Amino acid sequence: MTSAITIKDLYKTYDNGFQALKGISLDVQEGDFFALLGANGAGKSTTIGVLSTLVRKTSGTVQVFGKNVDANSYETKLNLGVVPQEVNFNHFEKVFDIVVTQGGYYGMPVKLAKERAEKYLRQLGLWDKHDQQARNLSGGMKRRLLIARALVHEPRLLLLDEPTAGVDIELRRSTWDFLQQINRSGTTIVLTTHYLEEAESLCRNIAMIDGGVIVENTSIKSLLRKLQQEHFLLDMREELAKAPSLNGFACELMDPSTLEVILESHQDLNDVFTELKALNIQVKSMRNKSNRLEQLFISLLQKPEQS
Amino acid sequence: MSSMTLNYRMTAFNTIVWKEVRRWLRIWVQTLVPPVITISLYFVIFGNLIGSRIGEMGGYSYMEFIVPGLIMMAVINNSYANVVSSFFSQKYQRSIEELLVSPVPNYVILSGFVIGGVGRGLAIGFIATLVSLFFSGLHMHNLFITIMVVLMSSIVFALGGFINAIFANKFDDITIIPTFVLTPLIYLGGVFYSVQLLPDFWRGVSQLNPIFYMINAFRYGILGVSDVNVWFAFFMLLVFMVVLFAFSLFLLHRGKGLRH
Repeated sequence: MTSAITIKDLYKTYDNGFQALKGISLDVQEGDFFALLGANGAGKSTTIGVLSTLVRKTSGTVQVFGKNVDANSYETKLNLGVVPQEVNFNHFEKVFDIVVTQGGYYGMPVKLAKERAEKYLRQLGLWDKHDQQARNLSGGMKRRLLIARALVHEPRLLLLDEPTAGVDIELRRSTWDFLQQINRSGTTIVLTTHYLEEAESLCRNIAMIDGGVIVENTSIKSLLRKLQQEHFLLDMREELAKAPSLNGFACELMDPSTLEVILESHQDLNDVFTELKALNIQVKSMRNKSNRLEQLFISLLQKPEQS
Repeated sequence: MSSMTLNYRMTAFNTIVWKEVRRWLRIWVQTLVPPVITISLYFVIFGNLIGSRIGEMGGYSYMEFIVPGLIMMAVINNSYANVVSSFFSQKYQRSIEELLVSPVPNYVILSGFVIGGVGRGLAIGFIATLVSLFFSGLHMHNLFITIMVVLMSSIVFALGGFINAIFANKFDDITIIPTFVLTPLIYLGGVFYSVQLLPDFWRGVSQLNPIFYMINAFRYGILGVSDVNVWFAFFMLLVFMVVLFAFSLFLLHRGKGLRH
């Protein structure tokens, strides 16, 4: 399998002296759905900026599909679609024109650019608005327009910089579905996010970046295996007055019907149910507490400080 | 360069030009109407009302004398204004990144913006010429010289607008040069008078004004009279074009104000 992105010893120091990247190395395989996870100012957007050539690196090498970005900007840019963090189209232009014009920048004949624009605007639920000025779109629609614009030339690699920031849950889910569909059709996707749930739901591989340094680079599965404990929320069939005493398990009553149980990596969930059954407590349903990656992320970031 | 990449470059160039033309056509009330009103007022006030008391200049009526200068003034102002406002707006709202992340070469980006601005300048020049027909007869001493001078001048000032936009950090910055540099140079460049009327010292100073050459060369194309040698004016225009184009490309390549 070929590499979609190969980054080696990438450094970036801005003119004001801020060192955004301190020698990161990264390899993203073709076809992957890859997350670059980090807090604000960690270096995610700078990495995307270097890949898209909007940010000039201080040193290091960056290759896209085996071609050096500096030496082969024409070929590498043809393979690249970029969805920026901030809305950056002309708000007074019509939605359709924005996408068609972008096609023209990639050398697409007008007829083909119009066909593709219609295809992606329809898929992203924006076709009804295609004749309107972009400023009339809602925040979520603007973000989807950025995705349609980035896809018009059907790039092999799609870079998304926090694509669902500030988007409501329903739109976020539909955007996720769409991105998964694009990825299944063969497009390599790299997204930056600080929504850990987003990375967990969408991506196969992940790199965590903090202070311009990669602190973890692995698959989501192996990352989750590192979790020392998991939090489960159990919905009770009947309300409880206080948290039950479960032998060997920490638990806390969130509200009279919801019990949070913390499971250490060596413990089994079956034993929790055996304990509850013995106390004659009926469980209606169960779910993961959604912040499990968050705990891991925080623990990874704390490591360097402790050492 | 393969034919495929040549096709690609032509498509990208046409896209930028058409986008620019669409922009100034879309806001025609802001871009086309005001200059036409202004130039009509110049024709009425300076040409008709005051001009009738001035008498002849350079062998022509005052109205006939100022028509070429006023047309050139409109072309210069609008070529400059289009590129400076369009490029700076795109830089300001960051929509220029659409182009910067695409494979479009810098010289295609620059040429696209310049030709978009030249289009507006020539459109205004054409409308101004039509308006002038209400006040004066149409003379045409040399069509080739007329077209070449107006085209080259328009390109020079479109490039000037581009450089202004690159250096501008706020909207104030795109009005400073037109107000404090461009307008005085145009007014002192012989639009309303022949430099033969000036004392020797100021006649010499006028020779340092590049717009002086453009207006006189254009006037030569239309009326056949000029205060300067037309071929020297062409040479100056060519030098300005080459130098400003090279400098603009250099700024784009450096990513000045565009890339971090």
